[in-house]
Amino acid sequence: MPEPVLSLGDLQVRFRSNRHVLRAVDGVGFDLMAGQTLGLVGESGCGKSVTSLAIMRLLPTPPAEIAGGRIIFEGKDLLQLSERRMRQLRGGRIGMIFQEPMTSLNPVYTCGDQIIESLRRHSGLSGKPARDRAIELLDLVGLPSPERRVDDYPHQLSGGQRQRVMIALALANDPAVLIADEPTTALDVTIQSQILDLLRELQERTGTAILMITHDLGVVAETCQAVAVMYAGTVVERGEVGALFADPQHPYTIGLMAAVPRMDTDRGRLVAIPGSVPPPWQPIAGCRFASRCPLADDRCRRDRPPLDAIAPGHEVACWKAPIDGDRP
Amino acid sequence: MTTPLLTVEGLTKHFPVRRGILRRQVGTVQAVTDVSFALQPGETLAVVGESGCGKSTLGRAILRLHEPSAGRVRLRDTDITALDRPQLRAARRHMQIIFQDPFGSLNPRMTVRETLAEPLLLHGLATPRSVRAEVDRLIELCELSRWHAERYPHEFSGGQRQRVGIARALATRPALIVCDEPVSALDVSVQAQIVNLLQDLQRELGIAYVFISHDLGVVRHIATRVAVMYLGRIVEEAATEALFARPRHPYTRTLIASAPRPDPTAARHRVPVRGGTPSAMALPSGCAFHPRCPLAIDRCRTERPELRRVGQSRAACHLAETVEDNAISAVSADSPALLRRLAILEQARAAAT
Repeated sequence: MPEPVLSLGDLQVRFRSNRHVLRAVDGVGFDLMAGQTLGLVGESGCGKSVTSLAIMRLLPTPPAEIAGGRIIFEGKDLLQLSERRMRQLRGGRIGMIFQEPMTSLNPVYTCGDQIIESLRRHSGLSGKPARDRAIELLDLVGLPSPERRVDDYPHQLSGGQRQRVMIALALANDPAVLIADEPTTALDVTIQSQILDLLRELQERTGTAILMITHDLGVVAETCQAVAVMYAGTVVERGEVGALFADPQHPYTIGLMAAVPRMDTDRGRLVAIPGSVPPPWQPIAGCRFASRCPLADDRCRRDRPPLDAIAPGHEVACWKAPIDGDRP
Repeated sequence: MTTPLLTVEGLTKHFPVRRGILRRQVGTVQAVTDVSFALQPGETLAVVGESGCGKSTLGRAILRLHEPSAGRVRLRDTDITALDRPQLRAARRHMQIIFQDPFGSLNPRMTVRETLAEPLLLHGLATPRSVRAEVDRLIELCELSRWHAERYPHEFSGGQRQRVGIARALATRPALIVCDEPVSALDVSVQAQIVNLLQDLQRELGIAYVFISHDLGVVRHIATRVAVMYLGRIVEEAATEALFARPRHPYTRTLIASAPRPDPTAARHRVPVRGGTPSAMALPSGCAFHPRCPLAIDRCRTERPELRRVGQSRAACHLAETVEDNAISAVSADSPALLRRLAILEQARAAAT
């Protein structure tokens, strides 16, 4: 049985403002297996990015508050670690890449300096060996003429090249987990496909597990083995990618898949999901999707459905599932 | 053949690049070069391409929000490029624009009602007496609620704000709307609502769209024809079906093959494409795509291919005849379970209303 390298259980993140308590993440759990890519997919405000920031313990507290749950990484609960230990993990055993690399790279240091700094901090490398390793990493991520580019500042690179540098930086210390938060959203499609190919290649070579946070079902289909669909702070469905796309169970997952305009099928009119996500300060007793679900009944509005197995390795949080038959 | 609604001939927009205290011109950004096409009433022409390809500049040059450097734009019988300012202002009634983020184009101090009333009164399309009813009609048309009219832009979600942007564009009953990435900032479930609204409005009112987008999925859905731009020029133009079934330009093939598809069973057959888009200040010789093109031959490096008729399409490629068929060879279908369950949800939704 393969071990999860990162395991979240019942994570609760709240934000307190003067007037409201916002439940941004309300009971999220999943297992990221070694060497696998897990997609965390959902629309804006579903809590996917807050989840990733909670894993890295990068949420400002206050206003954020981790109200419960656990984040087990290599046998330790990250929520219990000291800030000093966390700092060793970030950029060390856990790498991160973000949507806009320009804001996460330091504009006053060269790309090489930033990688060397990380190597010095986490792997104790310095001097020529560190510089050589930095060039090797830039070469690994496919940056052209890395021995010259190593001395470039971030603003001298294109968006795609900056994302490559960001990936080199994230992979510098052989992380066990790479958290990629919308890594290709700001890029053009031809560059996006280059970066996705690169992540796949690197994963095959290094065995790093990737947590892929995205709003794009296409990115999930192309890069992930497992997926968790989030809605309004909860996971509504999770499973192996093939099963989830072939056999979507939750009305939200079904609606999301039907709403994507595709260039490879001709469906006629797009099917929109009427209504909008409930505001996060609104307390909801039952299913979060009930207000937009045509099948919702009193029970859905009253009791929150648990994530239940509907097939081996495929779970859904819906009282009505499967909506086209009886529960097996 | 009916007269086209919009005719664009040789439209060019070059921006001078100035440096230093003397503001001397040190170069030129060739944002749009020699673009020609015609658009029939009620038709949608999608303009696709990656950032910096000139698609937004083209949209603005058509409306003369950017003054074109050369070329002509005709709206029915009016030569837009020859109009003076007052005439242009009057002609704008017939051609409107919708932006990606309508927030930037909506006055934060005006309620939706005021925002929508302004163009109506300005163009004399309503009297102070009739304006209220006319605004209500626009609000209904864009599927907003009455009470939205008294609200301010910041009180709206992205999708609702885009509805306000569309309502404002519709106020003057235009024949043409340039849509500049109108759904790119929206979540997919909301994006589908707006795409459907645009299609419904076209069917009801016969508006033609120039639909600027980078998303081929949306384009396939909404467009009758597609023009693909690369570094300021149209490299291919065809009816939507023809473009996806048989892309003639290697860049079109690359775009189609690069877009991630929400289907884990689809075979990956990417066309390897090197590097990124070159700067529009220093265009490559010959065909601008040749440094990245997997098929490039010597001729491509020296001689720029003209846009010419190839089968049902127009393409600017020396090798257009030899480019293989069908970029999406394995056309995938939605999973039967998805379609079955979707039908159940739709039925329940219809029964509830």
